[in-house]
Amino acid sequence: MFEIPTLEALNLAPALPAISLAFGVCVLLLLDLLVVPKDRKEITAWLALAGIGVSFVLNLAVFNQTADAFLGMFVADQFSGFLNIVILVGAAISILLSMDYLKRTQIERGEYYSLMLMSVSGMMFMASANDLVMVFIALELLSIPLYVLAAFRAPEAKSEESGMKYFILGAFSSAFFVYGAALIYGATGTTNLPAIFQAVTAIVAAGGSPMFLLLVGAGLLLVGLGFKVAVVPFHMWTPDVYEGAPTPVTAFMSVGAKAGGFAALLRILAVALPSFVLADGQTTAAWQQLAWLVSAATLILGNIVAIAQSDIKRMLAYSSIAHAGYIFMAVAAAGTQGMADAAVQAALLYLLAYTFTNLGAFGVAMAVEKDDGAGTRLDDFIGLAKTRPDLALMMALFMLSLTGIPLTSGFLGKFVVFKATLDAGLVPLAVIGVVTSVISAFYYVRVIVNMYLREGEGDPAAGATRYVNWGVYAAAAGTLIMGVFPVVVTNLTDAVTLAATVIR
Amino acid sequence: MPEVSSAVSLTSVMLFIPIVGLIILLFLREDTQREAIKYSALATSLLTFAASVLLWLGFNTSQPGLQFAQRGEWITSLNISYYVGVDGLSLLLVMLTTFIMPLAILASFRTGVLEERGRQKLYYAFMLLLEFAMLGVFVAQDLFLFYIFWEVTLVPMYFLIGIWGAEQRIYAAVKFFLYTMAGSILMLLAVLFVGTQAGTFAVPDIIAGVQNGTINFPFDGIFSTQSFLFLGFLIAFAIKVPIWPLHSWLPDAHVQAPTAGSVILAGVLLKLGTYGIVRFCLPMFPEASVAWAPVVAALAVIGIIYGAWVSYAQTDVKKLVAYSSVSHLGFVVLGIFALNQQGIAGAILQMVNHGISTGGLFLMVGMLYERRHTKALNAFGGIWKVLPVFGGISLVITLSSMGLPGLNGFVGEFTILLGSFGSQYLGFFFTLFATIGVILAAVYMLYMFQKVFMGELDKEENKNLPALHWQELAVLVPIVILIFWIGLQPGVFFSSMDASVNQLVTQVTDVAASVALR
Repeated sequence: MFEIPTLEALNLAPALPAISLAFGVCVLLLLDLLVVPKDRKEITAWLALAGIGVSFVLNLAVFNQTADAFLGMFVADQFSGFLNIVILVGAAISILLSMDYLKRTQIERGEYYSLMLMSVSGMMFMASANDLVMVFIALELLSIPLYVLAAFRAPEAKSEESGMKYFILGAFSSAFFVYGAALIYGATGTTNLPAIFQAVTAIVAAGGSPMFLLLVGAGLLLVGLGFKVAVVPFHMWTPDVYEGAPTPVTAFMSVGAKAGGFAALLRILAVALPSFVLADGQTTAAWQQLAWLVSAATLILGNIVAIAQSDIKRMLAYSSIAHAGYIFMAVAAAGTQGMADAAVQAALLYLLAYTFTNLGAFGVAMAVEKDDGAGTRLDDFIGLAKTRPDLALMMALFMLSLTGIPLTSGFLGKFVVFKATLDAGLVPLAVIGVVTSVISAFYYVRVIVNMYLREGEGDPAAGATRYVNWGVYAAAAGTLIMGVFPVVVTNLTDAVTLAATVIR
Repeated sequence: MPEVSSAVSLTSVMLFIPIVGLIILLFLREDTQREAIKYSALATSLLTFAASVLLWLGFNTSQPGLQFAQRGEWITSLNISYYVGVDGLSLLLVMLTTFIMPLAILASFRTGVLEERGRQKLYYAFMLLLEFAMLGVFVAQDLFLFYIFWEVTLVPMYFLIGIWGAEQRIYAAVKFFLYTMAGSILMLLAVLFVGTQAGTFAVPDIIAGVQNGTINFPFDGIFSTQSFLFLGFLIAFAIKVPIWPLHSWLPDAHVQAPTAGSVILAGVLLKLGTYGIVRFCLPMFPEASVAWAPVVAALAVIGIIYGAWVSYAQTDVKKLVAYSSVSHLGFVVLGIFALNQQGIAGAILQMVNHGISTGGLFLMVGMLYERRHTKALNAFGGIWKVLPVFGGISLVITLSSMGLPGLNGFVGEFTILLGSFGSQYLGFFFTLFATIGVILAAVYMLYMFQKVFMGELDKEENKNLPALHWQELAVLVPIVILIFWIGLQPGVFFSSMDASVNQLVTQVTDVAASVALR
């Protein structure tokens, strides 16, 4: 039964963007060890950026094709193509933000970039994973480097705590995921997502214990991935980990891990389980109710607790929980029949919008942060508009975008997500979404108040070095372009259809 | 529905002049080119005004539909287009905006707080951004586009209050932001729902669909889909107007804002709300509008009397003027929900009138403040003797605000009262109580004028106030001219909107009547 597959059968071409990056990581490790001199680690950073560039170009080359690789375990389509763009852009900006920060906080080691790229390749595999086993491998590839990165500031206690906490809880969540995958395998006899889809209808019709296994399995998958994207009630680790990890790592984690987690979540739910209903004739999937509740709880908790924060990193941590809630609205919407594609497109737009904005916000936070990790209180932003008008202006832009004010990417994201939610008939969830948006205005605006309206000695923002500025400018440009000319990105997401992958 | 050209129209040109000015401004240097910053902002706003005058001259008053319209592709996959144009409902408000802005900018030249707090470049940049957004609200014909402009007005105003305001500025700015945002985000849901149901965000298409029955927002009583949509829009607008009891942000924002900020708030921003009701609530949700008319009109009447009452109790001139806005805007809302030709036409004219006269009052308060650094009523007295020209101009503005016949305020209020009296949806009592409001207006306005300008000149500090600067005169004189022009020749202004208002009234009452028959 087990033959060794030929190279042609593996059909590696569609997987080239991810493979090239994984290969790049290996090369980078060696180069860093053998070639790059110890005191000039920024060369490693440039090499890492080059690797990302190569992967990006390859991704554009295969963007419009839909094809399998690794015997159906891996699929390249517009969904993964778009997510790869999100992930790679996020990674590139994160590297720009990291370069000077590592140096000035004296944790500059070449492994940093290799670890980051490794995690990025995990995310890319995640976006394309078409099989539960593949999802699991990608999940681990994504997570393990992040555990290390979170503790990169060791022996500082906070950073060690951050890495440890993330590791233990991450391991837990992986276990949940594997158990869920096993139960689904037990119910359907396959781990391949399209095959699961084909098995689901018969199982639902037959009822009985396979149906029960499927239900529990799907629930456990949601738990496992819920940890990764940090939704309530699996969010407990987020503030501590975000606060303790080095700031560029936090920035990268908050967008990258989220993109990867949502990629798997959306693909599993929209490709494998869209027709999983509890009784015949229902038009909403069995998991929609659960997703609805998770989303509502996340929105409410994330936004309300964020108000009470006085540290910018913790505030952005809770804000990232809240934004996971908004993306989860789209996940819930995907449960209504016929809505899957629109909801997935909305989630993708939101992810890109959030990537730009959140990286930018972290970039400015990093600029204000001191070398010893102090300077992350909200009060440290007082007077920034006087000392660094450019940074303050962009921070204001990011805060408005996170609030969802028009002409920024955040508004576009919220607009499409709310639209999908309404179209899916989840009106109460949409109402919760808008009400919590108003609540969120309260704490985002407070940053603007501190920068512009309160009198005080301005912070010199010594961390705003050249590369940090580049990263922040790039994020601001992305935020504005998406806000003013949404066509640029909606043209890309319009083509995304996960349903098509199913029919095959 | 005729095809709308995608060629650049005069409306778009006018709309984007402030943005061009803003970009030029960004290249000037704060420290060395301060004069250039001021004058380029002023020139930009004057140029915008000139463009709007061209609109006015080229406007065909007999045609009810959109003119100078332009419709271009924007986000095709979501059926969202860049769609702008003016008609009789918006033309006067566009003119009001372009008229008030240069005055507000010119008034800023002589505002002490600007010299004190600095950051003038930012200030004028926000002014131009605000002008762009406000004009955008008035000309946008696509719900999505409208919503964008609507939200964008929030940002510059927030900064204007927050950075250059008085002592309580941060509190006032945050309150303003959260209040308005809370309302508008509910509107976003309604916008999304309407857009999805109708399959388009273009307002004229939606209205046409509602008229010929292809788009139907189900209505069966005051708690139905259509009512909830109506309320989604109305609450956002009501906060902006503000309709009692949603007014509590207004006194804070008006009093704390710098002079130009108050002028723009009272002059234009409040009208975004009343304009929104006329443009969106009435024609898109005719049945709900009719059903809710008595309720909203009752709130408006309460606002008229409440605002007047509270005004009279104030000891701070600026607060007094601020509360008078609650009262005046009550008239506008009452006129709108009379749902007849006179009521709505009167309401639109009254929006313009209020913009001119209350804008004028805030300018007046600002000039007093620059001289005396206080806004307390009892700090003044006998000012007319020291500043005769200023006293005379202030008298005209005050009388205009209280609605003296022959001046602009009277025309609007009188037409609104006529409309509410003749309305088949409201009744005698609405008119009666509103008329009481007119009397109260005379009371608090004259009380203020008397306390400030008349009586004995008994305070030493008041005896040597500097006379009006030519820039201050240049701000006040156009206002006085317009007060007399509208007061003596209202027909010119009414005729520009008659056709559009007539069409609107037919749209609302026809659909509503067909429901009554059913």
